[in-house]
Amino acid sequence: MMNSIKKYLGIIWLLLGPALIYFLVSGAIQNIDPTGKKDINNPVIWIIIIAIFTPIAIGLMIFGWYAFKGGYNQLPENSRVIGE
Amino acid sequence: MNGTAGIRKVIAASSVGTMIEWYDFYIFGMLAKTISTQFFPEGNATAALLSTLAIFAAGFIVRPFGALVFGRLGDLIGRKYTFLLTLVLMGGSTFLIGCVPNYKTIGIAAPLLVLMLRLIQGLALGGEYGGAATYVAEHAPKGKRGFYTSWIQTTATLGLFIALAVIMLVKLNMPDERFNAEWGGWRWPFWISIVLVGISIYIRLKMKESPLFAALKKEGNTSTNPLKESFRHRSNFKMVLLALFGAVMGQGVIWYTGQFYAQNFLETKCNIEFEQSRTIMLWAIAFATPFFVFFGWLSDKIGRKWIMMAGMLLGVLLYRPIFQTFLNNTNVKEAITVENMDFRNNRLVKKVNDTTLIVADSYTLYPPLSQLGNDEIKESLVVHLKKGSISTHEIHLGKKLYWKFILLVWLMIVFVTMVYGPIAAFLVELFPTKIRYTSMSLPYHIGNGVFGGLVPFIGLLLTTSFPADPLVGLWYPIGVAALCFVIGTIYLRNKIDRNVND
Repeated sequence: MMNSIKKYLGIIWLLLGPALIYFLVSGAIQNIDPTGKKDINNPVIWIIIIAIFTPIAIGLMIFGWYAFKGGYNQLPENSRVIGE
Repeated sequence: MNGTAGIRKVIAASSVGTMIEWYDFYIFGMLAKTISTQFFPEGNATAALLSTLAIFAAGFIVRPFGALVFGRLGDLIGRKYTFLLTLVLMGGSTFLIGCVPNYKTIGIAAPLLVLMLRLIQGLALGGEYGGAATYVAEHAPKGKRGFYTSWIQTTATLGLFIALAVIMLVKLNMPDERFNAEWGGWRWPFWISIVLVGISIYIRLKMKESPLFAALKKEGNTSTNPLKESFRHRSNFKMVLLALFGAVMGQGVIWYTGQFYAQNFLETKCNIEFEQSRTIMLWAIAFATPFFVFFGWLSDKIGRKWIMMAGMLLGVLLYRPIFQTFLNNTNVKEAITVENMDFRNNRLVKKVNDTTLIVADSYTLYPPLSQLGNDEIKESLVVHLKKGSISTHEIHLGKKLYWKFILLVWLMIVFVTMVYGPIAAFLVELFPTKIRYTSMSLPYHIGNGVFGGLVPFIGLLLTTSFPADPLVGLWYPIGVAALCFVIGTIYLRNKIDRNVND
């Protein structure tokens, strides 16, 4: 049962990655305003945050994919197995 | 493996250098407000502070790149020489930050130089931690890895402690004008660092290489391309991702919220005066630091996973109530009148109740109150109140509230010790020797550098964008820690790998 949970949650992580990117990009589109005075209107802030979190979101998707394919159903018993 | 005396020398040599590197890194963040006025054009104070925090974040964001560069070096040429190099880079760049003239003197070159030096700090720190934790773990006997590596885990908080203490000692022993001057006291913590780094380099030069790495090298089994082996081998890359999303991501935000965000919140949202906001942190850190070692020891007995998950869950559930308590206890609105106002130690104070005093800013008043007699002070205050030149400035907590705040911050730092104490051993046990330095460093510095390091930056962004809720900045660490808790609970295993000799 635990392996099923791991597998189906993998779908959630797969979807969470693009959802995060979408959330950040739409936040940028809504809030960037050259005439605005708040820091949230500053495009530089959004460029930094999107540039940083996009690779992380992709990493989360890869994690989700591995989870969905059963890659975490059985964790290695020791680090020697990982290195083989 | 070394005997007890031998392992103690190893821990001391690794820890001292790591602690100094943390100190170097944190004095920048601690002095963010002063640095922002020195190196950025005058104008919007929030923009200047944000720019400085961005540089602070830049120091964190480049840490993963430092992890890759120095991790690779450490797996190729050895742990000892690599983190000697990181120490030299960190010490040198810290000292030089203290030597950069301000914006008024050299214009745009000032912030650019500071940014470059800050990036070098971040790269160096990215290489430091993985090396130190790996070095100690590879000397530790079986069954005690959590206990021995937990001493390395104390260094970040101790570095923070020393940074707070040094800055406080310098600032409280000179007038504000002298501290904030272009070549004033704020530069001293940067210059002091070169002495501390010199001592650490001397200690590290006397260290021997890790026995596991030395054995690996003797056998000719070192990795020729640790980066490729770490991240292109699927089985290892899977563990790197699991380490990040199931453990270090949450650990990073808990670490920064309980320490950095708490200190900044007390000072800027609660308006607690400088000295108290620092001493609250110092006491809380002092009382909580032994718990790093306790939870490292405990993790050797019962496993690493559940201690770390418990620390994350407690943060998720208790951050908002704790920070709300800080706000409630300092939300003192009282009209300033001449009655019950005292002039004490060059400050105007008004006792609101038995526990809280409101300190009114009197430094800009003319004539200076220190030159007036008591009756003249009252007359002067009446005049200034009519003109509106006195306003509530800072809060000084009474004894009961002061210790209550220390208790609450201590509690948040105990959460930090739960997530951070066992994590060095946890990361070391995940990866084989020949790529350990590379593989553990990257998730560690993404989790701490990116997720954790951005807590103050994103917190400030959220609170300036949604000013109605002073606690809105907490949603970022709460959300990240909650996600990490779910992933870690479901995917991590509690079983400890007793043997890292591979």
